[in-house]
Amino acid sequence: MAADRMITRRHLLKTTMLAGAGAALAGVAPLRSAAAATLSIGFIYVGPRDDFGYNQAHAVGAAAVKKMADVKVLEEENVPETIAVQKTMESMIQLDGASLLFPTSFGYYSPQVLKLAAQFPKVRFEHCGGLWSEKDPKNAASYFGYIDECCHLSGIVAGYATKSGKLGFVAAKPIPQVLRNINTFALGARLANPKATVQVIFTGDWSLPTKEAEATNSLVDQGIDVVTCHVDSPKVVIETAERRGAMVCGYHANQAPLAPKGFLTGAEWNWEELYPGFVRTVMAGGTIPNLVRGGLKEKIVKPSAYSSLVSAEARKHADDAKAKLTAGDYVIFKGPILDNKGNTVIGAGTSRGQTDIALEEMNYLVEGVIGATS
Amino acid sequence: MTDVALGWWGVPLALLGGAIRASTPFLFVSLGECLTEKSGRINLGLEGILVMGAMSGYAISYLTGSPWLGVLVAGGVGALLGVLHAVICGLKRVNDIAVGIALMLFGIGLAFFLGKSFIQPAAPMLPSLDLGWWSGIAQVHAALQVNVLFIVGLLLAPAIAWGLRNTRWGLVLRMVGDSADAALAAGYSVNLVRLAATAAGGFLSGIGGSFLSLYYPGSWNERLSSGQGITAVALVIFARWQPMYCVYAALLFGAAGAIGPALQSVGVTSGYYLFNAAPYLLTLLIMAVTCSPKRALVGAPSELTISK
Repeated sequence: MAADRMITRRHLLKTTMLAGAGAALAGVAPLRSAAAATLSIGFIYVGPRDDFGYNQAHAVGAAAVKKMADVKVLEEENVPETIAVQKTMESMIQLDGASLLFPTSFGYYSPQVLKLAAQFPKVRFEHCGGLWSEKDPKNAASYFGYIDECCHLSGIVAGYATKSGKLGFVAAKPIPQVLRNINTFALGARLANPKATVQVIFTGDWSLPTKEAEATNSLVDQGIDVVTCHVDSPKVVIETAERRGAMVCGYHANQAPLAPKGFLTGAEWNWEELYPGFVRTVMAGGTIPNLVRGGLKEKIVKPSAYSSLVSAEARKHADDAKAKLTAGDYVIFKGPILDNKGNTVIGAGTSRGQTDIALEEMNYLVEGVIGATS
Repeated sequence: MTDVALGWWGVPLALLGGAIRASTPFLFVSLGECLTEKSGRINLGLEGILVMGAMSGYAISYLTGSPWLGVLVAGGVGALLGVLHAVICGLKRVNDIAVGIALMLFGIGLAFFLGKSFIQPAAPMLPSLDLGWWSGIAQVHAALQVNVLFIVGLLLAPAIAWGLRNTRWGLVLRMVGDSADAALAAGYSVNLVRLAATAAGGFLSGIGGSFLSLYYPGSWNERLSSGQGITAVALVIFARWQPMYCVYAALLFGAAGAIGPALQSVGVTSGYYLFNAAPYLLTLLIMAVTCSPKRALVGAPSELTISK
């Protein structure tokens, strides 16, 4: 009896749902075709989009897209790397008709983007972080810039600027991209000053202002005189270092205004070049490659302008490296390279160019870096 | 002044510096919540008030050029939100915990909304007192940069403790918190006393928030608090509703937050997630050691219940 009733109710529900879906489709269809002329594009940020950092760089890219004709740009900020981002993406697709999404945070990819990409095969997911592999859905894609090229230049400049030979790096989490920035920074610094060390402090998360300030203070207490960082919003690190009288190299965006006394140079994204290009490709009916990579050469990253603290010698060395990186004939990860435990990680005679996928699985810190990956 | 590498001495110094720098928001919020809870009501909305205080203090400091005015306005905004909580809770059959959670979300949302345009500009900061003048070591010097608000908080705690114990107001507040019936019988308006206590708690929390944005870490952004207001509410229970214990708890949490970075800076690089969790492990440990099934929490106002 009870089972009977349940089946009936389920049946009833099913029928109503089908009817409802049918009605909804009939209602939505004309709207869809009307909206087809403009492309709806969703940008999702993990933090505030005016944070002097990672999110601001993406928002500047989104603003460049906004200026194009026939596009509608949707933005949502402060979306956590949890199921919350699935809900955001789903509502952008279902309610706003977005067909191109930019979930811009590293942690959005797995499983969030992968799950929705399978669910909505007609929507294009452009994830920032470079995680796409052959087994992933074809409508998901990942792009990333070799900002480590700019970190390398910062490292060279910092290596000349330091008096104590001790550099500091405030980092969020030991993931490959962060480690790569730390390593290229250290390799650059040691080109300028072979005895230089880079002390790393991992705070544990992308945005922990109080802990970032503590980390910067601890570094300066240890006699470190040049500080840089890889956190979502470098503002706190840069300002704290400036107050303590240390020199700084910026990251993500231009932080020169935050540190008028101690700013040297910095590594910046150049998304305002890349995003409009992607959108043009999609509007022209083309396909963006599933894995897009680029550095100085492709204009995906750029260094901040040198401050007056940067010596002529440092400028010359860094400019030289920049020219070679832009031309594509400079290898940062050129063996032999040891990690900071003494193991050879890149053998003599092996050159790992920027596009080498092995570099994206980096799980070590090079010689000269004080710190551990776990 | 000399620049010396401190090595391992950097760790205790960082703990001292961390205790001085990072404890003030905990101190103000927990003292404020201590007052509110002594009146028999919990205000869980202090996280929202803290964030609102941080935003409004920064905004006023930026707009007027006076950080102290910012502190005052932050306190005022906090007090207003406290009044809001108290007025709603004064209605019949309203649960203070639910209102607190709503107020927390409201405060955070409002601060994000109003604070959007203040993320980028740099506001004037609160000055600090240089208590490290006697030392020739730059790091000691830096660790002993003490903000006036920290000292105010340190003085406020014994003042509140004394006031609760020795003044008529303190007696009334405790009476309302321990037995609303007794307070009614004595001719006091329970709601009015609670309103005053919640407003005072909000005022202190707002000031705690302004410390975050106007001194340390010293900028306004949406991740500024990262849960410090909620932690401070828990600290009150941890401190057994005693203002002086609130001071110790706040110092402990400030110092514990510095452990992770300080140890990494001297080369203890493994297990930093564990060190970063130190404050919470410590809380659990102290709670476990000091709790007893044989007695109720000493000092807990008996009107504090979740079933109201």
